[in-house]
Amino acid sequence: MKKNKFKENIIHGIFLLLGLITVGFVLLITIYLVISGIPAIREIGLINFLFGKEWASTAAEPKYGILPFILTSVYGTSGAIIIGVPIGFMTSVYLSKLASPKTKYLVQTAVSLLAGIPSVVYGLVGMLVLIPNIRNIFNIPDGSSLLAAIIVLSIMILPSIIKVSVTALDSVPKEYEDASLALGATSIETYFKVSVPAAKSGIAASVVLGVGRAIGEAMAVMMVAGNAPNMPNSIFQSVRFLTTAVSSEMSYSSGLQRQALFSIALVLFMFILLINATLNFFIKRNKE
Amino acid sequence: MLNSSLSKKRKFYEAFMKVLMFISVGATAALTLFIIGYVFIKGFPNITLNLLLTSPSYLSENIGILPDILNTIYIVISTLIIVLPLGVGAAIYLTEYASNKKIVSIIEYATDILSGIPSIIYGLVGMLLFSNNMGTCLLAGSLTLVIMNLPTIMRTTQESLKTVPQSYREGAFGLGAGKWRVIRTVVLPSCIDGVITGCILSIGRILGESAALLYTAGFVHILNTQITALMSPGATLTVSLYLYAKERGEFGVAFAIAAILMILTIIINFAATSVQNYFSKRRSL
Repeated sequence: MKKNKFKENIIHGIFLLLGLITVGFVLLITIYLVISGIPAIREIGLINFLFGKEWASTAAEPKYGILPFILTSVYGTSGAIIIGVPIGFMTSVYLSKLASPKTKYLVQTAVSLLAGIPSVVYGLVGMLVLIPNIRNIFNIPDGSSLLAAIIVLSIMILPSIIKVSVTALDSVPKEYEDASLALGATSIETYFKVSVPAAKSGIAASVVLGVGRAIGEAMAVMMVAGNAPNMPNSIFQSVRFLTTAVSSEMSYSSGLQRQALFSIALVLFMFILLINATLNFFIKRNKE
Repeated sequence: MLNSSLSKKRKFYEAFMKVLMFISVGATAALTLFIIGYVFIKGFPNITLNLLLTSPSYLSENIGILPDILNTIYIVISTLIIVLPLGVGAAIYLTEYASNKKIVSIIEYATDILSGIPSIIYGLVGMLLFSNNMGTCLLAGSLTLVIMNLPTIMRTTQESLKTVPQSYREGAFGLGAGKWRVIRTVVLPSCIDGVITGCILSIGRILGESAALLYTAGFVHILNTQITALMSPGATLTVSLYLYAKERGEFGVAFAIAAILMILTIIINFAATSVQNYFSKRRSL
């Protein structure tokens, strides 16, 4: 009997360890990023690092200002949201409320395919379809630009927005809609003025999820944005995002330059934690 | 009839919203079809037996993706072997053992954070944690992917554990079985669908991953056929797509790889939905 109890306790302990493994990984990642990210920030100075307008890591007198990357990431993500959210939102309302079951199934299959396409494939298609077209239409020397990145990102965030919003809209109680219809509202009015407000936390969560996906995307953006560390003054400029700033110099960097890349990753991680907290806020409100 | 009595403003609103919705759905569907079609049309003519079955050589200027295919398979298998016990164990702890609400919410919060971290950060941390210690190699890549895929396996397993009726467990306990025995004989067999779904989703994610692998598994196209392959660097299909397109301008090869990846994506998508349908049907019987 005693032996059995002992065995059960050991097994309980093993499962407890396995359960805590994600917490361990999060701590490990945080600690590693902080330890490797802080030295460069200390040496450069927080203000100079975050708000410096120039990044010239290989110059004789290197400058490590990441404001261009931060602004590019913010602009790129906002642009993707401005294009992607309306399309995703309208698609979700249609799929959830108006579409026949067959259409809904087909489009949802398409959307999950879109979600499964590897980001390098988006980058590749962007390189061969978007960049030449942008160059020709706007008559600029190189089509690799913030605009190309925004378009690619807005397509890439569509699946997250549509999936989460459709789930939220599907779970609006039918009584709400019936009541509105009975009062004489048309079905379209009901969907937009009753169902959508009822599902607003879910829809907001989908937008935040899209923001997270856009700000974290690296490879697709690397292939279409041009990667020059410019300030994003126009959407036709070749720009570098926070994510691509980390990966584009990683293979040949050393010393302070390498440490500065880790600091960029730390800044990106902070952004992600912030987004996560926002997401949790909306999900919690949704549950209540 | 109803419509005829509406004011002009409401009629306009109705029509306007409908048009917007049709445009959006059309755009979404058309984009998907376009991307898939474009990749297939550009990619299929470039898929040759020579491409699939040889390794690249600078001397003969031959380009083959056999090493990349093998590396991808090695990484998928080694990642799954490591992540499955961890993820399933964590899910079992959460649904079967955990009684302290605080611990559960901490674990779930951590899992959420893990699934929100961008792959480039995983790549960086993987480089610091694994590659700096064991060298840039496939194993370092798959260990990085283990951390990345842990939330997926945990979540799908948890979902299927939640559908195991409480009465099964109570019945087993009532017959005098210990907790471990109940888990081993009652709980584990019934979460198999969650595990399979999790595996399929993870395979999809691993196939599509590139940013996390660039600096952990490296970008070498040398053929590794022995067991020791895990300790040597190698590029997976996605990584070599990136290299061929961006660094070498070999768009034909890049599109061939893209077409292969696209076919795999489609297969994985259908596999995931049909597994879910199969098990939910069987459960309702």
